[in-house]
Amino acid sequence: MQENLVLKLDSIVKTFPGVKALDGVHLDVYPGEVHALCGENGAGKSTLMKIIAGAQPYTSGKMYVDGKDVVFHSTKEAERMGIAMIYQEFNMVPDLSVAENMYLGRLPKKAYGAIDWKKLYRDAKEVLHKLNLKVDEKTKVSHLSVAESQMIEIAKCLTIGAKVIIMDEPTAALTDDEIEILFQIIEDLKKQNIAILYISHRMDEIFRISNRLTVFRDGKFIATKKIEDTNYDDVVSMMVGRSVENLYPSRKYEQQEVIFEVKDMNSKGVHNVNLQLHKGEILGISGLLGSGTIELSKLIYGAIPKVSGNVFVNGQEINCDTPKKALAAGIGFVSDDRKQEGLVLIRSIRENIAMSSLKRYSKGIQINKKYELGQVEKQVKALNIKISSVSQLAGKLSGGNQQKVVFAKMLEANPDILILDEPTRGVDVGAKAEIYAIMDQLTKEGKSIILISTDLPEVIGMSDRILIMREGNVVFEISKEEMSQETILAYASGGVSEHE
Amino acid sequence: MNKNKLINQINVYRSVMILLVICVFASILSPSFLSVNNLFNVFKQITVAGIVGCGMTFVILTGGIDLSVGSIMGLAGVLASGVLATTGNVFYAMGTAILIGIVCGTVNGFWVAQCGIPPFISTLGMMTLLRGCVLVYTKGSPIPVKVDAYKYIGKGTILGVPVPVILLLIIFILAHYVLTQTAFGRCIYAFGGNKEAARLSGISTKKTEWMVYVINGLMCGIAAIILTARLGSAQSTTGEGIEMDAIAAVILGGTSLSGGTGFVLPTVVGAMIMGIIDNILTLMNVNPHATNIVKGAVILIAVLVDKKVKDLSAKAE
Repeated sequence: MQENLVLKLDSIVKTFPGVKALDGVHLDVYPGEVHALCGENGAGKSTLMKIIAGAQPYTSGKMYVDGKDVVFHSTKEAERMGIAMIYQEFNMVPDLSVAENMYLGRLPKKAYGAIDWKKLYRDAKEVLHKLNLKVDEKTKVSHLSVAESQMIEIAKCLTIGAKVIIMDEPTAALTDDEIEILFQIIEDLKKQNIAILYISHRMDEIFRISNRLTVFRDGKFIATKKIEDTNYDDVVSMMVGRSVENLYPSRKYEQQEVIFEVKDMNSKGVHNVNLQLHKGEILGISGLLGSGTIELSKLIYGAIPKVSGNVFVNGQEINCDTPKKALAAGIGFVSDDRKQEGLVLIRSIRENIAMSSLKRYSKGIQINKKYELGQVEKQVKALNIKISSVSQLAGKLSGGNQQKVVFAKMLEANPDILILDEPTRGVDVGAKAEIYAIMDQLTKEGKSIILISTDLPEVIGMSDRILIMREGNVVFEISKEEMSQETILAYASGGVSEHE
Repeated sequence: MNKNKLINQINVYRSVMILLVICVFASILSPSFLSVNNLFNVFKQITVAGIVGCGMTFVILTGGIDLSVGSIMGLAGVLASGVLATTGNVFYAMGTAILIGIVCGTVNGFWVAQCGIPPFISTLGMMTLLRGCVLVYTKGSPIPVKVDAYKYIGKGTILGVPVPVILLLIIFILAHYVLTQTAFGRCIYAFGGNKEAARLSGISTKKTEWMVYVINGLMCGIAAIILTARLGSAQSTTGEGIEMDAIAAVILGGTSLSGGTGFVLPTVVGAMIMGIIDNILTLMNVNPHATNIVKGAVILIAVLVDKKVKDLSAKAE
């Protein structure tokens, strides 16, 4: 069996100055298997992937491809040995065609040096066909959807003759339908004896498509198990090093007075939305991708312009056509995209957390830095943000801690109503549980939360009430008792007619 | 670990270190470099680039650029001299220069922050437009400054220290204070680091962006007073080319052109580096036409060294 391994890592150690990122990691990968890598953020998954893909050197240990001892100095060398990686951020040239991108740097040439376009398009078409992709090889990549771009990345891996494809959170930006297509492609790749290293935070996916999984914690190898020999709770407890019994806090909510109201909100992608939020309530809003939930949240917060609509806080109409005004009226917002919209990555944690409360910290024009520092440290402690110092750059933190910094910024601004867009996207299980506990605690303090999420267990686990959106309309309201994934999906996808 | 700490320290003070190296070279090449008179002379020479550089730092911290600074200085200079010639009142003249600076900066801010025109393009347009205004007003001939009280701003001394140097010092301290101690300073860094995140954090991004151009315009107005007072006249070419000196000072100081990180101290140091190079070449009787070659080369080398140090510290992390 051993000599069959397409990829083998033996006691790989990677040290950064002062930190041991990987500490004697083992990994066995067989051809034609989907092998999931599990671990919290900071467990060393990304470092390991970069080492396998040749993007980073390792300090000690051995790596074998097809039984041969290898040392990669670049991703090019790894690719030559048949190891390809699909990053979360795609590496494609938007203005070039699909075929050109697939063969970038390796375009077929005619004898006198000109590009052999005929051969290029023929080859590209063949590969696309192999993957059952209905994308024209001459289309510009900029015209493709995120899902299609990802498929092209996979096609690109095939053109270099990859034996191992590393996929890093491949479903993060995909809709449910697109995920199905991706899984189909993964099945096809398995049949072609290509191994897949699959990294995802979504446990259900891992259990659905992988054959085996390996768990890491704090840079250490914990275990490799066959999927049929393990279960969800087992994996999670291996990942966090203790058992996480209740991811979601048990909520008992009795409806109080209406604190917040939206009337006839209209804009591009949002039609005539009305909603009421009660004091201390978590109102879930869910829908498929593109159903208008994110747009609605940004409309309420004044981040995008509305066509019409009124917003009331405590029965009084407020003007919130800019985030500044919304924040002043007691509405807070956590974006679904923390890197682009949540954080200033090149500035310190301290500045990020203080960003929405500068006025409160200031006497005249000067910031009271002592007071500011005290407040920031209080938030860091309250949210259990793991940092070495508050002057660390926000960009250096792991996903979960970054998300907590965004939370801290908003909590520091002390809004009564908090709008959370996909608050746990790309966050590991441990931090997830902490974020849920914070949400629960906030509502107990009398704050109200609008939770916008496509993660159904999360919406069901956290919400006291759920609104379902479809094509920009709120189509259904589900009470705590009726909540189930089936009900939500049925209404969100239009499988059930609207209640009139 | 110690090595990393050292690299980080170098990172913070790299512009100061470049300055020290150049000073050592300068004192070896010409013994008269270190005389008090000569040092004050150098300081005087760099006040204009230093003050405009402080303003430019604000703009560049937001990820913008202002190419119109020279033309703003030109217009502020000739109008102030014109007012001085007709009224003879120093305060009217100074007020005119400052007002013109603020107005031009406000117009720049209007194009960039309100209309969303890229700063490079809008300030390029303003640079040409304002220079045209200068030419129309002066009809190409210089306007002499004949009031001694006005000249004092450029040539006078207080306790032996030249007035322009004192002004530069005050402006530098104020600018440093605004950037590091005020909410507005924080807004500038946040804006330059990630405009959308800043906006969603409740920062008024439009106001922030607009204000940095106004501040920059104000700096140009002050610089124009010093320059015309020192030269004893305002000309149609007053301020020409200062944008390059100011931008070079910012870059030598290590402030990133993409915005979000940097300070004013390194900018002033950057201006001093340029001034010293000028000065030493003059002391050595190098052909003045050749000084640009050396200045350009120093900028390129400094930026290269800077990049290498940054790469090193990135590796160390």
